[in-house]
Amino acid sequence: MEKIKVEHVTKIFGKHINAAMKLVEQKKSKTEILKETGATIGVYDANFTVNEGEIFVIMGLSGSGKSTLIRLLNRLIDPTNGNIYIDGQNISKLNKKELRKIRRDKMSMVFQNFGLFPHRTILQNTEYGLEIKGVPKEERRLKAEKALDNAGLLPYKDQYPSQLSGGMQQRVGLARALANDPDILLMDEAFSALDPLIRKEMQDELLDLQQRMKKTIVFITHDLNEALRIGDRIALMKDGEIIQIGTGEEILTNPANDYVRSFTEDVDRSKVLTVENAMIRPVSINVEADGPKVALQLMREEKVSVILAVDKQRNFKGYITANDALEASKRGERHLHGILRNDMQTVPPDTLIQDVLGPMSDSPTPIAVVENGKLLGVLIRGVVIETLSSSNGNGGVDDE
Amino acid sequence: MMNKMLDFIPSLPVADWVETFMDLLTDNFASMFSFIQKWGKNSMESFTDLLLLIPPILFILIVAIIAFFATKKKFGLAVFTIVGLTFIYNQDLWKELMNTVTLVVFSSIIAIIIGIPIGILMSKSNVAENIIKPILDFMQTMPGFVYLIPAVAFFGIGVVPGVFASVIFALPPTVRFTNLGIRQVPKELVEAADSYGSTGWQKLYKLELPLAKSTIMAGINQTVLLSLSMVVIASMIGAPGLGRDVLSALQRAQVGNGFVAGISLVIFAIIIDRLTQSLNKKKY
Repeated sequence: MEKIKVEHVTKIFGKHINAAMKLVEQKKSKTEILKETGATIGVYDANFTVNEGEIFVIMGLSGSGKSTLIRLLNRLIDPTNGNIYIDGQNISKLNKKELRKIRRDKMSMVFQNFGLFPHRTILQNTEYGLEIKGVPKEERRLKAEKALDNAGLLPYKDQYPSQLSGGMQQRVGLARALANDPDILLMDEAFSALDPLIRKEMQDELLDLQQRMKKTIVFITHDLNEALRIGDRIALMKDGEIIQIGTGEEILTNPANDYVRSFTEDVDRSKVLTVENAMIRPVSINVEADGPKVALQLMREEKVSVILAVDKQRNFKGYITANDALEASKRGERHLHGILRNDMQTVPPDTLIQDVLGPMSDSPTPIAVVENGKLLGVLIRGVVIETLSSSNGNGGVDDE
Repeated sequence: MMNKMLDFIPSLPVADWVETFMDLLTDNFASMFSFIQKWGKNSMESFTDLLLLIPPILFILIVAIIAFFATKKKFGLAVFTIVGLTFIYNQDLWKELMNTVTLVVFSSIIAIIIGIPIGILMSKSNVAENIIKPILDFMQTMPGFVYLIPAVAFFGIGVVPGVFASVIFALPPTVRFTNLGIRQVPKELVEAADSYGSTGWQKLYKLELPLAKSTIMAGINQTVLLSLSMVVIASMIGAPGLGRDVLSALQRAQVGNGFVAGISLVIFAIIIDRLTQSLNKKKY
């Protein structure tokens, strides 16, 4: 179900906004508009929807308009044009009072530099959202303490933000947002100011939290690895424009243009690509019908030393080695059952490549990719490595 | 000649205009001015009387104790307070000191009450800032003596016009620093307050004023000292206090008396400066 819908949203900064808007409607480019009117385009005709319970990542470098875009969602910045719907309600048309209500009840924001009030204790910071809503003191204290307890910060509740480390401060920022129990979390480069290790920890915590709470999260980042790690879907922005929206895998395997491709080049693909992208068509044999001679023939043709065994319905049964087949054929055996081995590892197709690298280096045989018992493909070291290193965007070799 | 070239503009009667304007004000608001004059004079005189009711020794001790605790239990200011105030008492200037205290207290409080809201308005609106800033520049660069003229026109002579002139002279720092303090609140914090749905007042009370507090206090400190510096000038239109002793010493060329009254003013200035500064401490 769609939670947030952004339709043709444009934000223009500077003078001559109306003139610039007319040019936007004529689909003029941003450089043309800057040249003609002197107005800067913050966000240019953005369109996307965010589904309920999804982590939607907006990713771009500084100046790409991503921070402007997230501020348009709660109207910290008013859009020049376009409509933003939250739960079907057009928030770009709301008056101040209605807007406050939406901000108080539906969405909370987490900031890059934490946005904690230095003159308030951790507890007072956490209860801020409830306080301005007019929640009675006892009740808001309980809720805030609960939120802090969930973040493991209750012992620090009477300290001031400056007494806490960056990671802890951002946990408070998150606890403050969650104490309000919003449907939507807006996270503006929430982890960018943290050390790499702390950042990873916070990403894990956010994913854990999302498992339990199922919020709708819009997350801004300039780090593609972070986007790939936590995002269900990613929107890539450049110069105020969204150039591609898709899952991490879609963006890696099918970049919309060279700009996106250049981004994806230094990504650790093993953390994003699944084995489906690296498996090849297996050489297989029907154990119920064929014998050792057919197996040997097939192996010679395909120049392999191992052949995978399936039944009529392509259910995975095991594998047969060339040596075993040769000996069985010398002994004159007609069936493969006697030499069928079943110690081959199997993985489902949505396994991340990084999770099979270890097993693959230990295993003497290839790894079978199996879904619901059916054999889909096989993972061979050479092809997997090739997939990981390929920077031409086409990571999959399954459709050769 | 170059000078002649400008002569084609006839001399503008600006002085006449201002006078007409002042006459207009005094004529139309005479009853208001006389009410303020009467009420102000009474309340200030009773305040001075109240201060004089406190035995000087007790007064000195109280101020010293406040100084002791305000400066984190250091003895420096407390000792200075005892020695300094005892000296003033010893020079038989106690009553004058109390009159000066009243003048400074009243003009500072009025300047703060007027100044902070103006500063807040200025910080919230660029239009207001653009209008008010040149007025503040005007108020600060105009020699303090000039304010005595309308003060006398409105309120006659005495303590009330003295306070009036002091307020005008001492107002700008509070306004400027309040404006500055609020504008200096980090943008991200303002956004945080907004994003949680704060109203303008909630943002002001819960975020901006607390964070601007130390800057505003610095402005108030300046305002207090400026209003003290007007004490001597205000004595020219009959405001009582240490300033009057300085003035009469000046008129009679009595170097010794002038020095004693002057040094008393300095002592008082140092004490209130250190005290108002020590109120300005961060707890976070």
